[in-house]
Amino acid sequence: MIRILVDPVACDAYGYCAELLPEAITVDEWGYPIVDGKPLPPELVSAARRAARDCPRRAITLRERKSGH
Amino acid sequence: MPDAGEVLATATTETDRYRLLGHPTDLGAHIAALGPAPLPTGANRGWRDAFLALMEASGLGGRGGAGFPAAIKLAAAQGGGPGGTIVVNAMEGEPASDKDKLLLIRSPHLVLDGAQLLAAATRARRIIVCVPEGRHHVANAVRRALDERMAARCAPVPEVMVHPPDRFTAGEESALAGWVDSGRSLPSFRPDKGVALRIGRHAALVHNAETLAHVAMIARTGPAAFRNRGLAEDPGTSLVTVSGAVEHPGVVEIERGTPLIDIARRALPAGEPQALLIGGYGGAWVAPRHFATPYASLSLRAIGATAGVGIVVVLGSTACGLMESARIVTYLAGQSAGQCGPCVYGLPAIAGDLTRLARGEADAGLLGRLDRRLREVDGRGACRHPDGAVQLARSALQVFADDVAAHAAGAPCPYWNRASQFRFPVDAAAKVRP
Amino acid sequence: MSSTSLWYATRASGLVAMVLLTLTMVLGITTTTRARARRWPGFAQQELHRRISMIAVVFLGIHVLTSVLDSYVHIGWAATVIPFTSSYGRLWVGVGAISLDLMLAVFVSSLLRARMRPGTWRAIHWLAYLSWPVALAHAFGMGTDAGKSWVIALGAACVLAVAAALAWRLREGARQASIRTAHASLDAVPPKHLALTAPRKNGSSHA
Repeated sequence: MIRILVDPVACDAYGYCAELLPEAITVDEWGYPIVDGKPLPPELVSAARRAARDCPRRAITLRERKSGH
Repeated sequence: MPDAGEVLATATTETDRYRLLGHPTDLGAHIAALGPAPLPTGANRGWRDAFLALMEASGLGGRGGAGFPAAIKLAAAQGGGPGGTIVVNAMEGEPASDKDKLLLIRSPHLVLDGAQLLAAATRARRIIVCVPEGRHHVANAVRRALDERMAARCAPVPEVMVHPPDRFTAGEESALAGWVDSGRSLPSFRPDKGVALRIGRHAALVHNAETLAHVAMIARTGPAAFRNRGLAEDPGTSLVTVSGAVEHPGVVEIERGTPLIDIARRALPAGEPQALLIGGYGGAWVAPRHFATPYASLSLRAIGATAGVGIVVVLGSTACGLMESARIVTYLAGQSAGQCGPCVYGLPAIAGDLTRLARGEADAGLLGRLDRRLREVDGRGACRHPDGAVQLARSALQVFADDVAAHAAGAPCPYWNRASQFRFPVDAAAKVRP
Repeated sequence: MSSTSLWYATRASGLVAMVLLTLTMVLGITTTTRARARRWPGFAQQELHRRISMIAVVFLGIHVLTSVLDSYVHIGWAATVIPFTSSYGRLWVGVGAISLDLMLAVFVSSLLRARMRPGTWRAIHWLAYLSWPVALAHAFGMGTDAGKSWVIALGAACVLAVAAALAWRLREGARQASIRTAHASLDAVPPKHLALTAPRKNGSSHA
């Protein structure tokens, strides 16, 4: 199970992650990402990888979560 | 001691039981009363393992606010190899707390013994005592103690004192380790709490001063004496600063599990409290129907509060809980380290809305907006600073629910304009101020 | 290839590279933390910036290659990267070499972005602000086509485009800074619509 992790110190509210992955990431009123805690469905994983790669601040990482945690 | 609370008298029947307060201050008398710190005679792997077992058996949890088990932190630091640093966290950023100041002035050798024991258990090569800049009484007392220990050769691992900036977030453990390492006091984003902090290339073990005092006592008395006080799931004693609408504010030592109202009564409240603030400015309000709740992590969490730092503030009946909460959240907003958007922008927004509510100037969307922002800001910073502010605000909206309705309707209570009974240290760097 | 066709290729590819590099600069400069007001997808702009920069590098490569291969004048390989060592056109080829060096640094560091600290990457990326005007100086200093009116017009258009982008960026930065200050105060009235903001936190900036 893949989990999206945002480093809030690095994040500068570019918002690219929310543009690429609107199903899992929304933006608060100041532009910062809110990641919903639900497990990422497999069809969204490549978009998530793209979001992690394209973040100008490298604030997004993907974590493998052992299921059943 | 103008800048530390007084010790409230301990009952005489307690002198033979485990306790931190009441022991002699200077080194000679400290050793005469308690014996020397039971340090190993040489590098001793068996001793280190036995010490870890001792910490596990005692069940000691951190007294700096998180309550994290000391044994787990010790095991992680031991895994970091030799040459690390023990950091004595005496930053005490919570303005309503005086216990660490008191400990360092009255029993500095207990705290420093605890640091030496952990240094031996982790093969650390130095101990760094962090006292905020400007706290001269505490710094002088620590300086005296350090000199005594050096003269008497009671410090096998070198002990030095440093003075980080006096800001709320500066005492957060990653910010403190970061300041020692690089001079920048900024909390780090640590998704894996199990990974030990580092200063330079070695592990750093950061502990609250009171926790270290407990380590030093437990090492001498054994775990059973510690466990004989308090509760099975939350053993031992805690130092609690009681303040607010009380006749005799000060620091008490209580057993974990003592009912909250009993702790408050030690300071002689002026009347029946309207509410109690537990755990600090980043803690939570508790309503009268929960006053009998034991002061222990699980019991408090069950009522939506946390044990946090040992703090009880009594809110008198002629005070406005909403306005005091608004001032507290405003203070916390100004103390943000400034790294994370939700904290930098969310806390002032929440504080602004709470203030408007407290003044009776709420607009129609305020309560909904407040509720949404509290939900959105919670948990989205690198450290727990915004979480504490959210918890405080949420507990205020619950505990003072009747007031919320009245204030929101434009009819605030008569006390919102009173001077605050809460302490707010002035910080020139803060962007917003109560 | 004949020397003449190589020469034309050098000049043409140089001008195309100049235009593409200008476009790259404009796309990079007008990146903001939020351009949500016009529903403009920021990640798409970043992707465009990257891809156009790569096409620019290709034309730059053709420009350098053909200039060395052209036997009519002697420009050695080394002179394309070591400034002021060319026997032909020592000054302006040298200026071109400086620009090429800077662009190589920006390009290579971006390829290796994942492996370096963000601060280091950003510092190197700022060299782009230097490399572009130096490239323009090389183009007009070499003089080959610099007298032609359409080339002058092209150069002027490039300068105007980057100047406009910079002006927009500075104004946008000031606007966001004032929004940021307003938001970090207690009196901030919540925005009526979400279109605005993403102010920057203290101390942060971006290339």
